Amino acid sequence: MARALINVPAKAKRGEIIEIKTLIQHEMETGYRVGTNGNMIPRDIITDFVCKYNGEEIFRADLFPAIAANPFFTFYTVATESGAISFEWSGDNGFTAAETATITVE
Amino acid sequence: MPTDHDKLQATRRRFLTDAAALAGSAGFGAGFGLSLTVKPASATPETMRAALKRVVGEATLRKGKVKLDLPPLVENGNVVPLTVTVDSPMTATDHVKAIHVFNEKNPQPNVIGVQLGPRAGRATMATRIRLADTQTVTAVAELSDGTFWTDNIQVIVTLAACVENM
Amino acid sequence: MRRALLAAAWLAIAAPATTTEIPIAERKSGYDLMGPDTRAMQDDDTANPGMLWVLDGEALWNRKSGTAEKSCADCHGDAGTSMKGVAARYPAFDAARGRPFDLEQRINICRADRQKATPLPFESKELLALAAFIGRQSRGMPIEVAQDDRTKPFIEAGREMFEQRQGQLNLSCAQCHDDNWGQKLAGAPVPQGHATGYPLYRLEWQTLGSLQRRLRNCISGMRAEPYAFGAPEYVDLELFLMWRARGMKVETPAVRP
Repeated sequence: MARALINVPAKAKRGEIIEIKTLIQHEMETGYRVGTNGNMIPRDIITDFVCKYNGEEIFRADLFPAIAANPFFTFYTVATESGAISFEWSGDNGFTAAETATITVE
Repeated sequence: MPTDHDKLQATRRRFLTDAAALAGSAGFGAGFGLSLTVKPASATPETMRAALKRVVGEATLRKGKVKLDLPPLVENGNVVPLTVTVDSPMTATDHVKAIHVFNEKNPQPNVIGVQLGPRAGRATMATRIRLADTQTVTAVAELSDGTFWTDNIQVIVTLAACVENM
Repeated sequence: MRRALLAAAWLAIAAPATTTEIPIAERKSGYDLMGPDTRAMQDDDTANPGMLWVLDGEALWNRKSGTAEKSCADCHGDAGTSMKGVAARYPAFDAARGRPFDLEQRINICRADRQKATPLPFESKELLALAAFIGRQSRGMPIEVAQDDRTKPFIEAGREMFEQRQGQLNLSCAQCHDDNWGQKLAGAPVPQGHATGYPLYRLEWQTLGSLQRRLRNCISGMRAEPYAFGAPEYVDLELFLMWRARGMKVETPAVRP
C-alpha cells in the first residue's frame, strides 16, 4: 500500500478544534506530460479523499491533476468523542489506500 | 541615410533579439529543446468560467468571506502551497458546505473541490497545487444558505534552471 | 600608470582559472535562499514529502533480505543509535577497496557482502528510502568527511572537476556556485551548491532524488555528457562537495525548488 503520513493529536478536549494533516506518496501523473517515446503518459491520479470520524464523514475532497504529487491536506474537525479517525484515498487504475488514527477525547 | 549594410545588420540584430527572447521565455533549460515538446491544451478564462458555472449555476458570486492564500512569487510551479479560509461560525445552521478552487492556464480549470460541514469547526483547508504558468487562481465557497463567495489571487510562476532531459 | 594597468589586466586574464572560493564564514545552505513556504515544508516532519521515503527506509531497514536472510537491523540494531553521524562523514574511504564510496554505494556493498542480496539500482525507490532513512539519523549534525593522506587525492580530483570548464557552455561548477551564487538564473537564485540535505525532495522532480541525480542535471544543463550513475568521478566530486561543506549541518531529507 502507498506510504502515508498522518498527523492527528493523540488527545484532545471535548469541543476543541483539532488540526489534521495527511500526506500520501503518489506521483499524480497528470496525463498531460509527453514521454521519451513521444506519446502522452496516461493520467494516473488520486481522485477522492475521504476522512471519517467514528464512521461519519467529516471531510471529502475531489482531486484533479492540478493537485501536486504526494498530495498533502490540512483540515480541521471538532473533537467530539474518543474513537477512530479514518482516511481513505482512491483513484485511477483501482488505486486505494487507507489509514486510521485513534484519538482520546476527554 | 541607412545603407543596405545597415539594414541587413538591423534585421540580423532583430532576429537574434527575437530568438533570444524566445529561448528566454521558454526557460533556460527548455531552451535546449527537450522539456518543451507538445504544448498541451490549456484552460482559458472561458473554460474557467464554464467550470465555475457548473458549480455556482445562476447564483451571484459575491466578493468577501473567502481568503485565498498563495505565495505571490512561486519557486516552482510543480508544488505551490495553497490555503483557503472562509469566515464562518461553522454551526449547523450557518456553515461552509463546499470550497472549490479553479485556475485559468493549466490544461484543466478545476484544481480541487472540498466538502465540509459543521463538524469541521473551522472552514480552513490547505494543500499543494500545480500551476503551469503565471495566472489567477480563484476560490469559491458555497455556504449553507445557498450563497457563493469568492476570492482570487494572481500568482507569478518562475521556472527551474537546469531542468533534466526526460 | 598605464603600464601598471596593462600589467594588472594581463595578470587577470593570464591568472589560473582558480575562482574565488567562498570563505568558510560566508557559506550558506540552499535553505537560506528558499522562500518561507519551501522552508516550512522542510522543517515540518509531518508535511515534508521526503519523510515518506524515510518511513519507507525504516521499514526496509527491518526487512530481511538476500540469501543470508538478514536485515540491516540484524547487524546494526536501532538505526537511531548506530547510524547517528554516519551520513555526516560520507563519502567515506573503503580500506579494502582502496577508494571512497558514497552512502548509496555503501548500502549496496553491505547488501552484497553481508546480506548476499542483489544491489539496489541507483535512484530506485528502495535505495533512496534507505539513504534517506540513514541520512535522517544525522540531521542537525555537522558534516565531517575525513581529510587525510588516503582521501586527499580524491578530494583533489573532485576539486579539479568542480573547477574544470565543461560542456558546450564551457562552464565550470565554480563559476556559478563560487562566483555567482545568489544571482538569478532563469528567475531562480543560484545556490552555493552545498550538498547538505541529500537525498532531497526537489519540487522540480516532484520526488526524492540523490546528489548524483542533481549533479547529472547540472552537467546536462552545461550541455556536457553526464557520467553513468555510480561513476567514480561523481564520488570524487561528492567527496569534494562534502569537504567544501565541512561543518555545515546535515538537513536530510531537505526540500529544494
